[in-house]
Amino acid sequence: MEFHNEPLLAFIVLAPLVGAAILGLIGKNLGERLIGVIACSTVAVSALLSIYVFINHRVQLEQGHKFYNYLFTWIRVGSFRADTSLLLDSLSAIYILFITFVAFWIHVFATGYMRGDPGYWRFFAYMNLFMFSMLTLVLGDNFLMMFVGWEGVGLCSYLLIGYYFTKDFANDAAKKAFIVNRIGDFGFVLGVMLLFLQAGSIFYFDDPARGIHGAFNWVLSQHADPLNMSAIFSGGITTIGVLLFVGATGKSAQLPLYVWLPDAMAGPTPVSALIHAATMVTAGVYMVARASSIYTHAPAAMVIIAFIGAATALFAATIGLAQWDIKKVLAYSTISQLGYMFLACGVGAFGAGIFHVFTHAFFKALLFLGAGSVIIGMHHEQDMRRMGGLKKYMRVTCLTMLAGWLAISGFPLFSGFFSKDEILFRTFTSPVLPAPWSKILWFVAAVTALLTAIYMTRLIVLTFWGGERFKEAGAAHSSGHPAEGDAHSVTPHESPAAMVLPLVVLAAGAVLVGFLGIPDVLSFGKTSNYFEHLIAPSVHEASGHMNEGHSGGIELEDQHGVELSLMLTSTVVALVGLGLGWFWFKRNPLWKPPRLLEDKYYVDELYDGTVVQPIKAGSTNVLWKFIDVRIIDGAVNGAGQIASLFGTSLRYVQSGLARSYVAVLVLGALLIIGYFVIR
Amino acid sequence: MVPLSWYLGLSALLFTIGAVGVFIKRNAITIFLCIELMLNAVNLSFVSLSGFFGDVGGQLFVFIVMTVAAAEAAVGLAIIISIFRNRESLNVDEVDSLKL
Repeated sequence: MEFHNEPLLAFIVLAPLVGAAILGLIGKNLGERLIGVIACSTVAVSALLSIYVFINHRVQLEQGHKFYNYLFTWIRVGSFRADTSLLLDSLSAIYILFITFVAFWIHVFATGYMRGDPGYWRFFAYMNLFMFSMLTLVLGDNFLMMFVGWEGVGLCSYLLIGYYFTKDFANDAAKKAFIVNRIGDFGFVLGVMLLFLQAGSIFYFDDPARGIHGAFNWVLSQHADPLNMSAIFSGGITTIGVLLFVGATGKSAQLPLYVWLPDAMAGPTPVSALIHAATMVTAGVYMVARASSIYTHAPAAMVIIAFIGAATALFAATIGLAQWDIKKVLAYSTISQLGYMFLACGVGAFGAGIFHVFTHAFFKALLFLGAGSVIIGMHHEQDMRRMGGLKKYMRVTCLTMLAGWLAISGFPLFSGFFSKDEILFRTFTSPVLPAPWSKILWFVAAVTALLTAIYMTRLIVLTFWGGERFKEAGAAHSSGHPAEGDAHSVTPHESPAAMVLPLVVLAAGAVLVGFLGIPDVLSFGKTSNYFEHLIAPSVHEASGHMNEGHSGGIELEDQHGVELSLMLTSTVVALVGLGLGWFWFKRNPLWKPPRLLEDKYYVDELYDGTVVQPIKAGSTNVLWKFIDVRIIDGAVNGAGQIASLFGTSLRYVQSGLARSYVAVLVLGALLIIGYFVIR
Repeated sequence: MVPLSWYLGLSALLFTIGAVGVFIKRNAITIFLCIELMLNAVNLSFVSLSGFFGDVGGQLFVFIVMTVAAAEAAVGLAIIISIFRNRESLNVDEVDSLKL
């Protein structure tokens, strides 16, 4: 492993901060056009620098070289040290490439989407601040830097979900997101502390130039924990891994902390695309992949990740099947896809997980932006029951969304096909899971793939095909909807060029980026899987002998055979899903889904009953009415009462008679003199 | 040569007269004069002790006391005048609006 210096990294991170500072301080007085130019150009600087740095160092990154940009030492107390320094390896390089690229086009889209909004400058200031935080998270070279970015993106997420702060539902959603994330962050912080306690360092890797020893080197020098539940509570590597994963469940919306993400759709659609689909929610996957050497030494933690990932994927997909709000469908789809990514990490295929993050960023950002374009075209209508037949009115939006739809459904040769297939294959042949479970999880993932294809087809059919339901909907539904303007005059229209162009670019991405990771078996060994090749030096994949007696003996030939047949299976699954969805929802677009699904399994109600209300009751009855009113107020009021009691009794000394004062004076003087005389 | 004890005796006598005067008199001006009497009693003991010990410090102190007494007389008389203007009376027992 070799280390180099790359001073450009700081500029990648700081460019959006400059934009945020300009827009936040003086943006109010600038015109929309200038604000848009500033916001987009700072992200463009980051994107171009990222591409430049990557091209410059591509070969070295493939060989596992690392590039540091040391800025200054932040904290140094005893043996604890945290630097403000940046690290580029192939993992963070992939992340900054797609983050800045996708974010740039989302910023461009937002210049059109937010047109005429009174908070235009505020919106872009937050967006740029988010970019700064996200890049800090990804490029930091120690867990504390990651945590700074982690909290920064959480803050920006809060600010942007609650962007329409005059609306109650937006404020509630913002608070919910923030509080649920705090729960996860608590685990994350504990994990980092425990890591420091055990490894004596919070840096990922060594840096000989600064004399730093990385925590992962310590981890790799240890024996792997056993695969049993007691390892989780032993305070060792497995505990660290589980605690870190708790943080990931919060930020990446996994069971049981996923509840904030669907509500987060209260923010403007570009925010949903950037933060709650493409970048921030994949921070958890980044963290798990970054800590892959911890997880490969903690098989119990990996099993937990795999199960939670698979469960979340299936769970969210079934809910996504029954939502009417176009953004809610995509939100649950995002949760489901994030479940896939964690499943990949949990079965030891960190590279496959990151590959899915990469392709997902393109097609899900595309789908969200497409949804945003539809929402604008429909004059702020989000309910799919009042859409339909839009392909006639919004040609480009429709075509680009079709690309996203095929990609996420796993249609062959679209980007989602490659990444999802990789995950399914790696799950099937996982060396981590005990024998039958890898097949079971594979089955769960395959069912999820089927459901994904169905609910995405439903979304497309309900939006773009079928009768033009917005005409008949009219006034009947228009009341109670947050959007202004009346539904009578709705004529859908195609969005302006600033919104259409990003759609086209991202659609191209959604179709093509999958080819970066063609499995060996498809190209018959002519080209290797480039993505795998690139990411390999940065992550620590689970090796075959982690779980003795399982899959260790499978020959490469057999592997290829398995991979091909699985690929065929998933292709069939995707086609069946697409076909089922197409014919069913063409015929019954307003098919009423089961109540249980439409009401999201009543999880919000469950949390409300078991967590929120007890806390509220405890806060009201114990903390407020007893501790605050009785003890704290009692102490304060008691102090006042004692003072006034003294005052009341001392009032009687004040007779108002000058001669009585003199008497007291003389008496006092006599007493003092008498004391000295007698002594 | 008069012995020191006579001076101190006279000083004590004057002080007692002053203190008793403050006690039993009701007229503000009389009380005021009694206070002056006490001050000067103390001044007398200062001066006599200063002569006895051959230390000018005592005499210096007397100057300070006289200065303070002059200032006090100015302020005190002003207060007495304004009390009289308000109440047509100098009886200190009637000046008791600060009590309960």
